[in-house]
Amino acid sequence: MTGWQTLLYKEVLRFWKVAFQTIAGPVLTAMLYLLIFGHALEAHVKVYGQVSYTAFLVPGLAMMSLLQNAFANSSSSLIMSKVMGNLVFLMLTPLSYMNWFVAYVGAAVIRGLVVGLGVFAVSALFTDISFVAPLWILVFGILGAALMGTLGLIAGLWAEKFDQLAAFQNFVIMPMTFLSGVFYSIHSLPPVWQTVSHLNPFFYMIDGFRYGFFGVSDVSPWLSLAVVAGVLAVVSAVAVALLRSGYKIRS
Amino acid sequence: MPAISFESVSKAYPSSRGPKDATFLALDRVSFNIEQGEFFGLLGPNGAGKTTLISILAGLTQASAGRISVLGHDVARDYAQARRSLGVVPQELVFDPFFNVREALRFQSGYFGVRHNDDWIDELLESLGLTDKADANMRALSGGMKRRVLVAQALVHKPPVIVLDEPTAGVDVELRQTLWQFIAKLNKQGSTVLLTTHYLEEAEALCSRIAMLKTGRVVALNHTSELLKGASSNVLRFKVDSELPKVLAEQARITGRIVQFPAHDAHEIERFLAAVREAGLVAQDVEIRKADLEDVFLEVMKGSSTHNLGADGLPEGEATSGGASK
Repeated sequence: MTGWQTLLYKEVLRFWKVAFQTIAGPVLTAMLYLLIFGHALEAHVKVYGQVSYTAFLVPGLAMMSLLQNAFANSSSSLIMSKVMGNLVFLMLTPLSYMNWFVAYVGAAVIRGLVVGLGVFAVSALFTDISFVAPLWILVFGILGAALMGTLGLIAGLWAEKFDQLAAFQNFVIMPMTFLSGVFYSIHSLPPVWQTVSHLNPFFYMIDGFRYGFFGVSDVSPWLSLAVVAGVLAVVSAVAVALLRSGYKIRS
Repeated sequence: MPAISFESVSKAYPSSRGPKDATFLALDRVSFNIEQGEFFGLLGPNGAGKTTLISILAGLTQASAGRISVLGHDVARDYAQARRSLGVVPQELVFDPFFNVREALRFQSGYFGVRHNDDWIDELLESLGLTDKADANMRALSGGMKRRVLVAQALVHKPPVIVLDEPTAGVDVELRQTLWQFIAKLNKQGSTVLLTTHYLEEAEALCSRIAMLKTGRVVALNHTSELLKGASSNVLRFKVDSELPKVLAEQARITGRIVQFPAHDAHEIERFLAAVREAGLVAQDVEIRKADLEDVFLEVMKGSSTHNLGADGLPEGEATSGGASK
């Protein structure tokens, strides 16, 4: 293995060694959402005219879990290494800033996809899942996880203590995820909130992802793809620039 | 080509006191070379700038001015090659709690692109007395064992230049001996070693040349033997039960009941003993010993001027001894 492959492998092994916490836990949480909201709303809500609420909910929950765990992977790994001081082992190596970027984001994508697959696998026990356009599912799954892994990288570099990272997670990531259409179609919202939702990049990730399941979405999947790819390019450029300058890690 | 070349290295930090734009100069135009194959000691009191200098060398900190190169590779511009040549044992006792010893060593090896390295990893484990801990999680190891793993991690890619930043701080005698035997063996095989330590007897025994830093500046730089020659040749050592008069205490090194005076000749020794008698004290267990590196260190640190340094920053003995070159 080359240097960056070793770092990628180490980052994957890091979350795999605590899989109960990093994979099983998020899958269980998503299942609880599915059972509770599905049971409460199944008889009352139909989405896109013909889709049952439980079937509608599954892709949203899978994507939400995927996004949150991709973010958690890179951010928690970095902040732990910074606080415990073992980041020095990486800083002493010839690994380039691009190597760091690829390895941290790559591991975040892998964890996001593993959790997303876990949510699908368990959801399949409760409801039928259709895959109208699997390629869109894969594209939005990977891009969404990469975007959140990159945001996690930025947050992990910026935060100096766990409290700051938790604030970023609770006051930025969590609201933007919940208000992105995980539990509802934005067409069910008043016009003002529909407009506000269109300013949330998380909405495009979940809407495009959902298109792959039903062939129906609130906006065109191509628009969603353009927005997600554009935001990913911007946050990647920021993350690479921070790594290159040694932001908060090389004084 | 020198193993390590420090060229007018300065480092300024924002000062916590004074005006907003005030800076604190942790390193002030530090210049010297370490030749290939040397066992070199970098000494100084806490806050002298040793760790800052090593941090810049290792790429952990950026210099405000100046340049450092390792085997000709600039640590900032050609950092990948410079870091491949360096094995750094950090001062802090840090570890990754997710992995066991062997995993930690394999990862560190992999980061340097060194594949199929298990034979060398086994040799490192054996040499550092870690073989039976290879599969133990890092969290389960004692402080001394963790320190050994840090050394192994620094050496896992077989670097030609080894940097040890206070590697024996707070560790037992057994580890010190194991570590120094191993490092001395690597030095004999051609590795260059840069050591910082507060254990001056270790530096005296191991290092062929020594630099002393004080408030960010090099105040002494020479072969260890030359530094020892330059100091007072003898030390008068005795024990007393009461406090020494202030005039005497200012000239002495006092550790509990033990009093030590630097003395050049028999007259000076007699003068000190007479002064002690006149003060109404009884000197017990009197002995005269040769001055050691600790005496030199204290003498250098007490003085404000540089010690054994030529006008160009090179040690006086270098021109004839063929040591460091610019």
